[in-house]
Amino acid sequence: MPVKVQLDRIGMAFATPGGTFRAVAPLDLAIETGRFVSLVGPSGCGKSTLFNVIAGLLQPTEGRVLIDDEDATGTIGRVGYMLQKDLLLPWRTVLDNVILGMEIQGKPLKQARERALPLLRKYGLAGFEHLYPNSLSGGMRQRAALLRTLLFDTDVILLDEPFGALDAQTKSQMQEWLMQLWSDFRKTVVFVTHDVDEAIYLSDEIHVMGTRPGRILETIQIPIARPRPRAVTLSPDFTAIKERCLQLLTADRPALEAA
Amino acid sequence: MAIQDAPRSTELTGLAMAPAKAATPKPARRLPVQKDWPSWAIIAVQVLILVGIIAGWEAAARAGMVDAFFWSQPSAIWKTLIIFFTEGDAWVDIGFTFRSTILGFIFGTTAGSLIGLSFWWSRNYAAVAQPYIICFESMPKLALAPLIILVFGLGLTSKVVIAFALTVVVSTLTTFAGVKALDPDGEKLFYSLGASRWQVFRKLVMPSCVPWIISVLRVNIGLALTGAIVGEFISSQHGLGRTIFYAGSTYEISLVWVAVFVLSTLAVIMYAVVSWLENVLRKGTRQ
Repeated sequence: MPVKVQLDRIGMAFATPGGTFRAVAPLDLAIETGRFVSLVGPSGCGKSTLFNVIAGLLQPTEGRVLIDDEDATGTIGRVGYMLQKDLLLPWRTVLDNVILGMEIQGKPLKQARERALPLLRKYGLAGFEHLYPNSLSGGMRQRAALLRTLLFDTDVILLDEPFGALDAQTKSQMQEWLMQLWSDFRKTVVFVTHDVDEAIYLSDEIHVMGTRPGRILETIQIPIARPRPRAVTLSPDFTAIKERCLQLLTADRPALEAA
Repeated sequence: MAIQDAPRSTELTGLAMAPAKAATPKPARRLPVQKDWPSWAIIAVQVLILVGIIAGWEAAARAGMVDAFFWSQPSAIWKTLIIFFTEGDAWVDIGFTFRSTILGFIFGTTAGSLIGLSFWWSRNYAAVAQPYIICFESMPKLALAPLIILVFGLGLTSKVVIAFALTVVVSTLTTFAGVKALDPDGEKLFYSLGASRWQVFRKLVMPSCVPWIISVLRVNIGLALTGAIVGEFISSQHGLGRTIFYAGSTYEISLVWVAVFVLSTLAVIMYAVVSWLENVLRKGTRQ
């Protein structure tokens, strides 16, 4: 598999009154085309910082971001980025929210709407197209936000804890929904989460991250065959991977307390 | 305070001691319920009060308990009202005050909103402008009125400028507050989609600030009217403010009351129209 996104010695440091604070140690990361990759780690491990760097919203202190072997450090509009909040615009209908990316790219509105409508219907937002976001439930809003990210035609999408605020029931529904979208659209997905179960269930590959400075502790492959039924979360393979992840995350904790 | 606190503390001790001895029966207290009068009853009482005031005023004036020279009396005011509308300049005055108010309101609100929005474009520019705006905000703008009349003349323009001066600052500050309240993540989203600054401004900043702009409309219509009236007090050839000032200085107290009454009616109508406009805009922008 060719590499889609490559982080080349990316590091992040901030000047503080007490000296330089290292948020992210120089790290390398290669994400292959079409894979579902998760970053798991405690708060403050630099996951969100890395996302902002990949999206071009933050200039790294050192290193380069390569997308399709091209230097994309500090360039915006190269990847789809879904932030934790859905950020739907309250004065636009769901349909007009979803086409925001295409609209900004200069696509005629009519064309953009024609493209989006069948997808909204196919992916669980039928009947909501012309409603305003304030009449939608949290799960529905998240769906709209994700479709907006997908319809912004980039090969790579970054999802920053998209299901973090949802209840367990809605969350597992949304995970299956996301799996369907991913297999239909064939995008490269980078996913950030706190939830180890979620990361293992969804991903091909997990990067477990540690704090102070933010760094990758270990990369774990998930060789579980797809499609994955829910029951897979109870299988010995799954449990073994989960154990390893938790071990890594727990082992990293004393460093946090000592600092 | 002490009276309110007292029962609460007894309740607390009562609770604390509950396991020790059998609880003394607490007096059953019901939720205080207020019964609403039917709307006709409310209106009837309101009308009754108004009629009472007018009748009492008239009676007191006739009995000599109130000096009709200083206070006038309802019957005289009514006669003056008829004369003001049939033989006087009523419509000219109303038209003059109305025009200066509306023009000042429109220019002031528009300019203020644009200035407020413009602060989004540059943090440095906003930081430089800040002290000037605060100065202008805290200054009593009406103190400038004589100067404005001197510069812009006795006509409509000077009244519009005073109304403008009063409204522009409120709009600027409120819109700027809207700009400052923008969620930075919203901008992040737009930039991640490759947006230009102009696109962020048009599609995010402007619509986000619309509710803030709408929220000052009602305040501004009142301010614009105040500005226009004060301008007319100082020096003018027309307007309700000028009529009040003129009538007061010639001891025509009933005409003062007539002009005040007409002015209040005008204010209420403009306020109602702006409130209606506000509702329409709010619905239109889904805020």
